[in-house]
Amino acid sequence: MIAGRHRIDLIVNGRARSIETAPHHTLLEVLRDDLGLTGTKECCLVGECGACTVMVDGLSVDACLMLAVEADGATVTTVEGLAADGRLNPLQQAFLDHGAAQCGFCIPGQLVSAGALLAHNPRPTRVEVEEGLAGNLCRCAGYEQIIGAVLAAAASRPDA
Amino acid sequence: MSDRTVGASPARVGGLDRVTGRQAYVADVRLEGQLQAKLVSLDCARARIIAVDVSAALEAPGVHLALSAADLPQPVPRFGPQFQDRPVLAVGETHYHGEPVVAIAAETRDAAEEAASLVRIDYEELPAVFTISGALAPDAPLVQDPSLRPGDPLAATNILREHHFGWGDVDAAVAAVVVEGTYTFPMVTQFAIEPHGFIAAPDGDGIVIWSSIQHPNWLQRTVAGVLHLPLAKVRVIAPDPGGAFGGKQHAKYEPLVAFMALRTGRPVRLVLSLEETFQAVRRGASEVHVRSGFRSDGTLVFRDIDANYLIGAYADIADRTVAKGSYTSAGPYRTPTARIVARSILSHTTPSTAFRGFGNPQQIWAVESNMDEAAHALGLDPVALRLQNLARPGEVFIPGDTPADGDWARAVERAAEMIGWGSPPPPGRGRGIAVGLKSGPTTGLSYATVRLLADGSVIVNAGTSDMGQGARTIFAQIAADELGAPLDWVTVIMGDTAVVPYDQQTSASRSSVFMGNAVLRACRQIQDRLRAMAATLESVEESAVVVDHGEVRVGQRSMPIRDVLVRGLGRLGGEIMGIGEMRKEPAPDHPLGGTAAFFEFNCTAVEVDVDRATGDIVVTRFVTVSDVGKALNPFQVRGQDEGAAIMGLGHTLMEHYIYDDAGRIRNLGAIDYRIPTSMDLPLRIESDTIENADGPGPYGSKGMSEGALLPVAPAVAAAIRDATGVVIRDLPLTPERVWRALRDAPARPDRERGEVPAP
Repeated sequence: MIAGRHRIDLIVNGRARSIETAPHHTLLEVLRDDLGLTGTKECCLVGECGACTVMVDGLSVDACLMLAVEADGATVTTVEGLAADGRLNPLQQAFLDHGAAQCGFCIPGQLVSAGALLAHNPRPTRVEVEEGLAGNLCRCAGYEQIIGAVLAAAASRPDA
Repeated sequence: MSDRTVGASPARVGGLDRVTGRQAYVADVRLEGQLQAKLVSLDCARARIIAVDVSAALEAPGVHLALSAADLPQPVPRFGPQFQDRPVLAVGETHYHGEPVVAIAAETRDAAEEAASLVRIDYEELPAVFTISGALAPDAPLVQDPSLRPGDPLAATNILREHHFGWGDVDAAVAAVVVEGTYTFPMVTQFAIEPHGFIAAPDGDGIVIWSSIQHPNWLQRTVAGVLHLPLAKVRVIAPDPGGAFGGKQHAKYEPLVAFMALRTGRPVRLVLSLEETFQAVRRGASEVHVRSGFRSDGTLVFRDIDANYLIGAYADIADRTVAKGSYTSAGPYRTPTARIVARSILSHTTPSTAFRGFGNPQQIWAVESNMDEAAHALGLDPVALRLQNLARPGEVFIPGDTPADGDWARAVERAAEMIGWGSPPPPGRGRGIAVGLKSGPTTGLSYATVRLLADGSVIVNAGTSDMGQGARTIFAQIAADELGAPLDWVTVIMGDTAVVPYDQQTSASRSSVFMGNAVLRACRQIQDRLRAMAATLESVEESAVVVDHGEVRVGQRSMPIRDVLVRGLGRLGGEIMGIGEMRKEPAPDHPLGGTAAFFEFNCTAVEVDVDRATGDIVVTRFVTVSDVGKALNPFQVRGQDEGAAIMGLGHTLMEHYIYDDAGRIRNLGAIDYRIPTSMDLPLRIESDTIENADGPGPYGSKGMSEGALLPVAPAVAAAIRDATGVVIRDLPLTPERVWRALRDAPARPDRERGEVPAP
């Protein structure tokens, strides 16, 4: 079942990484198990819950659906890479201020998805936020607070 | 002195770790030398196990253990919170789809999965029961071996328990109008986004367990019992659960991983997949028959309720949910006489357990839907009918139990006011309203220790689990206010039985009240010591010293607590320790073993738009009002109420397990089992609270995290009926079900709003 191992090179949260991985291992397994970046969460493993959302070359991706070898050469950002120089990014701060994190398990994925949304649409409407986060389940159902936080973070960005 | 935090909404304590990915949940714990576990189960619900062959699995690379029941102490240990009926691994026969027969421990997940595929189990599939009618059939196969139920007159049936509650003589009651119906509620699952995870590691002459568990101390007792170890040799570390909702109250596979760790001498880790979690926990399904009698003016005369709950293959805490959910099922009303019969019925399905609302949502769906039908039968307004019959503050409404402890009518009036009850809804839409009542804990015991350190900072030790409800923040707020520390000078330690004192459980929305009071009392004990300290320092009588909210006052003079502390502790420094406790003793003669510590009460009002061509429901407005006594953190209260409301929309509109003929869940996992997403929200949701400081918790608070889920389904169904004239008594209200109901309903244009011709 387990064939040979492949070496892949990635840039994860700004740092170059070189990893040997099995061909059937996902990006999620590499992040959590090989790199110890456990902020990215594992839940459904079928790309429905969004708990494992990370940015790959500027696009939000369910890390459970991407084979690690497919990410060879990619630039990956996880929740651990959102804060720069120890300072929360505006989304993280807004999530804190709006009480968007309850149990917190879905929050890393929500933050990354929201970041991807704002990168492509800096001034989303409420409906666009609802659609943009539709792939990130929150069973605490803190959706009102999460949506409020995303809209507030968008509003706080200086005009382009 | 810092500003009071109670009643304000400081940011969640622990929030920073949650937005940076640093929060470590159980699956994020890595131990040196850990082995990965994988469960092996059969492809059907009930089967006789003929032979188990693990030889090929054991020969696979990296495999350390392939454990089956035969390898465990005999008889195989069983455990459970109410009945000790669940074996560590299946013995002789499986009882539900997903029940583990063999457990593998290997160096890696890959190796464990490979070995699991090499296990050979010969089995014979046996007839099984998956429905209430199937389980109650005279010739139904028995789920539990009667030998497990010695002396139980029901042992030869699938009825685990039959509960009888009530007062007065229903048969003698005279009513002008009797309204009856049967209401069904499907199997649904907790679906915490964090799947269940368990780790066990040998620890000298004892063992350490990591689990995403709500009740660490209860788990400690369970594991100690199964392993025959003293409590002090079982350490349970409980990282904050990533959502729990009742599904993580009691032991599931912790005893299994404990045996595996002891057998291998290595840490063993089992993290379930979401599919395996679906097979491990769910809510009980129900079929509830309600007869209610009224005088023609709307006065409630009697309730006659007969409820069957379909629980799973092992009891877990399910029978308690049946009893507790049914005991209050006559509702928050003045009910002259009531007869309530409720059965917990075993079946070859996933063991049902606690789930937010604890047996009440099933009954409230039935009884509040029945109230709506009664209002129409009586020609009365649904709000008026409820206001007329609701118990008023201080009124006994269940004989022998706690009187009404809130202004419930005010909550109904407020919800009605917020949704604009009485004004016509927009064309094509309908409005519905319902109330929910739940008994809080009937017994309980929580201890806390609080340490005021020499610099005025504070450590709180509290064994509650913070699973998102925000318990850590509440305890920090209480300690900060009582001891005059800024909130960020307070550290709350939870989730380690070797460190924090005993807490009975994190359930029934009890923690603000029980652990909250324990923390408050520990702080007050520290205040007593400060009072004595100040009296000595200032050479006055203790009675002349007042300690209040972070300040010490002697006569007209006021000093920060810290000043007194620093001077009082002297050159050696040190600290002041306080111990607090809240206990509620059992009442042996009470039908539930204890009266309600408090009641949760909520009124929900909704407005819906029904697509008559597709049956699709859009909730256009949602109003939820809870009586919380005192909102200690209004932000968190709102999060809990609105979260409960949206979770309630899940079982109302979309969630249900679908079983096949072999007892397999066909919609296993996130693709086919839908829960509310950001696209399923009401177009507008508003929440409010009733606060009269009339609860038993700190500053008059009550528990509140379940109430807003209770009346969601009957409120939505009432709104559908208001919009269309169609009564639906089965959940969920999927487009297909609503469409079929509309199609089958006799044309009654006079009752369909929006289709009434203009005058």
